[in-house]
Amino acid sequence: MSLQFSARVDHRDVDIAFEVATGETLAVLGPNGSGKSTALAITAGLLIPDRGKIVLDGRVLTDAGPATSRVAVAPHARRTALLGQEPLLFPHLSALENVAFGPRSHGTRRSEARRIAQRWLDEVGVGDLAARRPSQLSGGQAQRVAVARALAADPGLLLLDEPMAALDIAVLPALRHTLRRVLADRTVVLVTHDPLDALLLADRVVVLEAGRVIESGISGEVLKRPRSTFVARLAGLNLLDGTWRGDHVETSRGDRITGMVDGDAPASGTPVVAAFRPSSVSVFREPVHGSPRNSFQVRISELEPHADLLRVRAGDLAADVTLVAAADLELETGQRVTFSVKATEVAIYLL
Amino acid sequence: MSDRTVGLPRWIYVPAVLGAAFVLLPLVAIVAKVDWTHFGSLITSQASRDAFVLSLKTSAISTGLCVVFGVPMALVLARRDFPGLAVIRSLVLLPLVLPPVVGGLALLYTFGRRGLLGSTLDAAGIQIAFTTIAVVLAQTFVALPFMVVSLEGALRTGGQRYEVAAASLGARPTTVFRRITLPLVVPGLISGAVLAFARSLGEFGATITFAGSLQGRTRTLPLEIYLQRETDPDAAVALALVLVVVAVLVIGLAGQGRGTR
Repeated sequence: MSLQFSARVDHRDVDIAFEVATGETLAVLGPNGSGKSTALAITAGLLIPDRGKIVLDGRVLTDAGPATSRVAVAPHARRTALLGQEPLLFPHLSALENVAFGPRSHGTRRSEARRIAQRWLDEVGVGDLAARRPSQLSGGQAQRVAVARALAADPGLLLLDEPMAALDIAVLPALRHTLRRVLADRTVVLVTHDPLDALLLADRVVVLEAGRVIESGISGEVLKRPRSTFVARLAGLNLLDGTWRGDHVETSRGDRITGMVDGDAPASGTPVVAAFRPSSVSVFREPVHGSPRNSFQVRISELEPHADLLRVRAGDLAADVTLVAAADLELETGQRVTFSVKATEVAIYLL
Repeated sequence: MSDRTVGLPRWIYVPAVLGAAFVLLPLVAIVAKVDWTHFGSLITSQASRDAFVLSLKTSAISTGLCVVFGVPMALVLARRDFPGLAVIRSLVLLPLVLPPVVGGLALLYTFGRRGLLGSTLDAAGIQIAFTTIAVVLAQTFVALPFMVVSLEGALRTGGQRYEVAAASLGARPTTVFRRITLPLVVPGLISGAVLAFARSLGEFGATITFAGSLQGRTRTLPLEIYLQRETDPDAAVALALVLVVVAVLVIGLAGQGRGTR
């Protein structure tokens, strides 16, 4: 066990426990105010809980409670690098000096620290921007430098607090690919509200709601077969496993799905996941044909009203239709219908 | 290109112009009064030069002391929170509103021969009152709050986010202070130092009460001007103009310091 976390903060009504194995990435999912950031702040040593114990690689970082002797290792001595929504690059230092800051703080000589920094900048794809000041970088570039800076500090545990939440949607796929590469084999806690990040970047996921862990498990399982309505609603995505066949996905149950590939095209035969929103699914009583559309013959398992929409569930899949359309279609549980979604609405990710 | 903002009421220009005239007119008056034919010799007399050099020297030293003590004070006030902090802040900033003569008296009863610390210092053979050291202490006393206020504002505006980021990268508090906190508040530090220097340069009340008026030792430029006003008004006016020029230069520097923030 690399990280053991348990903490209670009374005035925020937070009581959370989880563990992260060495080399594992754990995603912490949850709505605002569910205690995600509190958990990170406690791990980073910025907040001391009323009760709790944080152990990283056998070293007690925090031990708090009325009966125990209090341990509170200072934030700088924890080897837990924190990366948030904003890159927070030091504005008076170049990109290179920003990344070299961690190694320098650990006593590495200047020239060696710069060499390490350049290597990490190259690793995250911004090696040519080393001399730039933070004000001369775009949001995506700055966040890449911040990733390099956190990794260059050689942390035993990397804490990521919604690292992609503030970025332009256009730069997300590329940064996600970079993160996947550099996070592999590292011990990471990733706080996010994006289920896709949890699925693609994390091995396991814990879901928080109102300061408690309500669900945990392997990312794919939790997100595809959520037990709590919260995850179902939060995830709000149809996710279908399959194998890439050159130009389409072949799902485990034999459906054929075409869509837009996120990033570089995968090699044929690699496992992928197809994702699309319930709102982009149309429901028909009769089978539909047309090349740009994917269609699925399903049997309605559940009808769930959501404000002015009706969510039509059919096993793993969900579709949102307006109440008017639902009335026209005379939808009811057990009925056989066709779910149809345009190829342009389906995103295909490498698993 | 020019930005159009919401219009001001026209009548507002009347008091604004009157106020500006009230500040500028006396400066014009003093320039008009200057005896330009003897200006050079008036400001280069031995007494004038002594006062000028003493003023620059003591103001520079007291500005240095303001940096040495003001930076830590501002950091504690901006970054820590404990019971009584608000009271301590008010007391520390008291010299801002205290009449300087009162400050001088207070210093005299602290460091004077029979003062709180003075008697001990006297026994050790150290005398402070009516020496150049007293001038520096008087100036530091009145100028320190300017440094603290200016820096505390800069520290609070900047926030602690960069410091948290630096600590999470493994930097010890001293490293964070040296490499992150200090570089980021340089503009605030410069404008604080400039204000402290200006305040020291203009110090009169506390100095004459606590340090007296000995030529070359405690008689700074403002004291010299006040003295000359009786015996040689032309010299007083010439020296006053020198102080005005220095003050204008200082304000220009402070403005630049703020501009780069």
